[in-house]
Amino acid sequence: MTLSVAIRHRQGEFLLDVSFASERGVTALFGRSGSGKTSVLRIVGGLVRPDEGRVTLDGDILVDTLRGPGRRIDVPAHRRRFGYVFQEPRLFPHLTVRQNLAYGRWFSGRATSRADAARIVEMLGIGHLLDRRPATLSGGEKQRVSIGRALLSSPRMLLMDEPLSALDEARKAEILPYLERLRDELDLPILYVSHAVAEVARLADRVVVMADGKVDGIGSPSEMLGGLAEASGREAGSVLTGTVSDLDRDAGLAVISLSSSRLMIPQAGLVEGQSVRLHIPARDVLVATVRPEGISALNILEGRVAALEPRGAGTVDVAIRCGLDIIHARITEFSMHRLALVEGMRVHAIVKTVALDRG
Amino acid sequence: MVCLVSSFWSLSAEEWTAIALSLRVSIVATLLSLPVGILVGYLLARGRFWGKSLLNGLVHLPLILPPVVTGYILLILFGRRGPVGAFLDQAFGLVLSFRWTGAALAAAVMGFPLMVRSIRLSIEAVDVKLEEAAGTLGASPVFVFLTVTLPLMLPGVIAGLILAFAKAMGEFGATITFVSNIPGETQTLSAAIYTFTQVPGGDAGALRLTLIAVALSMTALLASELLARLVAKRVAA
Repeated sequence: MTLSVAIRHRQGEFLLDVSFASERGVTALFGRSGSGKTSVLRIVGGLVRPDEGRVTLDGDILVDTLRGPGRRIDVPAHRRRFGYVFQEPRLFPHLTVRQNLAYGRWFSGRATSRADAARIVEMLGIGHLLDRRPATLSGGEKQRVSIGRALLSSPRMLLMDEPLSALDEARKAEILPYLERLRDELDLPILYVSHAVAEVARLADRVVVMADGKVDGIGSPSEMLGGLAEASGREAGSVLTGTVSDLDRDAGLAVISLSSSRLMIPQAGLVEGQSVRLHIPARDVLVATVRPEGISALNILEGRVAALEPRGAGTVDVAIRCGLDIIHARITEFSMHRLALVEGMRVHAIVKTVALDRG
Repeated sequence: MVCLVSSFWSLSAEEWTAIALSLRVSIVATLLSLPVGILVGYLLARGRFWGKSLLNGLVHLPLILPPVVTGYILLILFGRRGPVGAFLDQAFGLVLSFRWTGAALAAAVMGFPLMVRSIRLSIEAVDVKLEEAAGTLGASPVFVFLTVTLPLMLPGVIAGLILAFAKAMGEFGATITFVSNIPGETQTLSAAIYTFTQVPGGDAGALRLTLIAVALSMTALLASELLARLVAKRVAA
């Protein structure tokens, strides 16, 4: 099950130019508000017609504007069979919970079996609400019913637009476990829009980071959310995603653009515009409080200390935020005290080695 | 005394006819204009098309024109020799002028702005987000309208129906201009009251029919209130 999206769409001054593919499991569209995540989801769901591009699910073409004039394909939302969970529950006030849940089954053609329906109702814990009307439910209950309603329309894929953002912390905590069960127990791909790190870290298998209407990087949550990549058999360090923005053939170097900074690495057969993942071992990053001069290292990145975490044996992991990227440095506690490092402090990360990650 | 009271309440055949005719004209006018009213209300609330203001103006015209003028325009258009009237006569054998069907048309036209206004407001109050959600659940636009929009706008539709019915029951000016005042064919309740006031000794009859008109209107109003309350309870968010 592969959803592939490549679209350009203009909304006033805002230009959306996005392409990514999402496979089984949960793919999170992650970014600040205004980065275009919801617009992408609405285009995938068929609620907005993009100016140009292609959206396909496996071999099924949902949008294709590139077939020449008059031959544009744009499958209407009601024929896409995508379950859509909105920020607000959007339950039908004139129907009971049971009728709301059954609504999509009238149209899905192949209705979900009674057993499946019972399982979904049980999984979301809404069995005792069936005969009530939406107006009498709490916010969390409403959102669970709305998720159930989308699931019972037997969708090919589930699109969720910040389904927790309208809820308070307690309600969020109430629903998150249900979403985890959904991910683990149903074989249903989910495209999940969120700007909350905690949610994405907990739910997503894959993260598409968006900024200003563009894809900023695609990877696992640990890579994309700045967590420490401590994969087995590999040295602790940071994984960063960037694109090759320039090649200096004379010097044999390639310039990689990250979210706000640039790194130079040996060229190693790279092509301009190529997206690459870089691995920077934490032991190969030095920390300086002033910009060092007369130093052989090519890569000096400016950032702020985001976190200081003791790692045992007198060492500390310093997480340095440079734009959207986080670079980890492993230094001694002694050095930390000597430099008087505190969170939020402006520092320079001196990167000794950068390895291309071809994983 | 008892004799006097009972004689006051004994209606003549002509009066019964006027009441029955009024009810028939009003019910036919209201029910036939309902689908058109919903369509036009929907177009005005949601549509984006050239000439929308024109349509809006046209629909509201009977509300601002003197009823006599509306009746005269109907006579010009739908009279036997009028462009529309001649066509209807030849194609379907349907004659409107000086017939009760014409009275129904006049009543429908006069009540139409009230019905459309109420329906339009109720459609504008329906949350488009709910319709969008219904679409993502697989409902085609027609089904979205039938299963979400229509039930949610029902209180407004009922209000519109009652307003139009009340207007039809009371309609006088356009009716008398278009289809005249023929007992048994086009003499509605209002026209009968008017006739009574024009003849000596007609006061008792006029008062009798007036009281009946008040009772009918009140009943309709109460029924609509009750119905609207029942529906609102079902639809309430």
